[in-house]
Amino acid sequence: MGFTLVEKILGRATGQRDVRAGDVVEPRVSMAMSHENAALVLNQFQEIFTGTGLEPRVWDRERIAIIFDHRVPAESSKTATNQKKVREFVAAQGITRFHDIRGDEGGICHQILPENGYVRPAWVVVGTDSHTTSHGALGAFSFGIGATEMAAVWALGRALNVTVPGTIKVVVEGELRPGVAPKDLILHLIGRLTAQGANFKVIEFHGETIRRMSTSGRLTLCNMTVEAGATSGIVPPDEETLRYLREEAGVSEIPEDTLLSPDADAHYQEELAVDASTLEPQVACPHSVDNVKPVSAVAGTRVHQIVIGSCTNGRLDDLEAAAAILRGRKVAAGTRMLVFPASFRVYMAALERGYVGDLLRAGAVVMNPGCGPCLGVHQGALGDGEVALATTNRNFKGRMGNPKSEVYLCSPAVAAASALTGAITDPREVN
Amino acid sequence: MGKVVLQLGDDISTDIIYPGRFMATVLPTETPQHAFADHPEFNQRLRAGEIQSGSIILAGHNFGCGSSREQAASCLKGYGLVVVARSFARIFLQNAVNLGLSVVICPTVEASEGDELEISATAVVNRSSGQSYPVTPLPPAQQAIIDAGGLIPYARAKLVERRAAAR
Repeated sequence: MGFTLVEKILGRATGQRDVRAGDVVEPRVSMAMSHENAALVLNQFQEIFTGTGLEPRVWDRERIAIIFDHRVPAESSKTATNQKKVREFVAAQGITRFHDIRGDEGGICHQILPENGYVRPAWVVVGTDSHTTSHGALGAFSFGIGATEMAAVWALGRALNVTVPGTIKVVVEGELRPGVAPKDLILHLIGRLTAQGANFKVIEFHGETIRRMSTSGRLTLCNMTVEAGATSGIVPPDEETLRYLREEAGVSEIPEDTLLSPDADAHYQEELAVDASTLEPQVACPHSVDNVKPVSAVAGTRVHQIVIGSCTNGRLDDLEAAAAILRGRKVAAGTRMLVFPASFRVYMAALERGYVGDLLRAGAVVMNPGCGPCLGVHQGALGDGEVALATTNRNFKGRMGNPKSEVYLCSPAVAAASALTGAITDPREVN
Repeated sequence: MGKVVLQLGDDISTDIIYPGRFMATVLPTETPQHAFADHPEFNQRLRAGEIQSGSIILAGHNFGCGSSREQAASCLKGYGLVVVARSFARIFLQNAVNLGLSVVICPTVEASEGDELEISATAVVNRSSGQSYPVTPLPPAQQAIIDAGGLIPYARAKLVERRAAAR
């Protein structure tokens, strides 16, 4: 019997030939990512060394990435002090892949990793953030872990006691119609699988639609697999992966033997087929991500705040889609629109192409890259009884900082079209 | 034996257990004050010391879904709470194991707030209804960490062992 993609990757990372779903392994980690919660990681890291007589040293200073993104620039003295501690730790340990609060290199961790070439096919990537699933878009096995688990990775360079996940194969065929985006595809899939349907499993994406999709779209898909409970999402690397790594991530060497494919006779725990050509824009309704409806079912719902950005949909093509709809038009009175690009590199490109100007002139507030509004920790809070429509990834009660508000999730095109009208709107009706 | 002090449904996210706006608080000694902050009544009872250690939070499927924030496990551990759920989300379950928060997987459990539950390695017995429900044992990978007293001692032992072997 053949191997799934994740079984093959874990085979490489453990040096074992026959790694199967259900086995317990300790794979070597190729990249370990943290954000502000590195403050907790370093506390736990020092705890591990306590009483050993060993000097606390990270296992590999070039395989740790730390990116400040959750509360940038710091919203409180507490955050600023945590960031200061992490900065001091980074300097003391000589950690090389550190992205501070800077316009030339900053951004959201799940954008910083791919665009700087910190993720490669066949790598095992761990991150102290649940949306670390994103990086499966480049053919890595990439999953979220807690801070204490990360402390063990920093000490040992291995992820401890990982149960090899089973895999759900999702085959997507057919062309997405105009106005329908990868976000609509993943929302549809989460609605079908439910919030727990992929628990402890990996979603492996296949099919013509995926092969034609840009890495940006694949990042959106893999990013949100965790909303179906998945350990990760993964796309087998192909020509597009190579193009992205070479042209957008500045990676020159990509060893042939890292371009793994699952075997034709691999064992899948479940197989799902999606016909992309029949999809209409989708909306996840309060208060769970699997409460997914076609946009027509909720069209007309009054919206007070539109949010475009985040690790899910804050890339250049997302801002382009929004700018195309809003160019020369105005955000409806009584509706606020916030835009936060996924990184400063994206921000700069959007500036150069005129998208930022288009959005500002329409009435949007373009903010610095960061996670703040998505999880209600920094800017963009909602008032009691208010409704947000966001291209972010979660709509749990209280997610955007106020349990008395509601959050709907959608694609950048739906968000932009709805900004024009102040109510949830099908983007195909405003062009 | 513990009493069910809070009964919850399916898909309880870590945003509900520990809202994102308190994430700048990271240390296990400080996180308990914000446990279930958006359930003000329950949060108040916890902070007032009205809830005994060993008390039970009873939940449906997929408890702890969403964010990987470890505060969601450490804030409950701080009060010595036990979580009995029909199933858990992956990262939360691992965080609970790593930190030593007591978690019990009991796929068919039926109980209400105020019920007394007796928990063993194999079953949850609801003393109030007399019914018994089988417990799904934790995977061996996780049991090994619990047996070591949590991930920090587990990782410490591995570290010492490897440095000794490298010498």
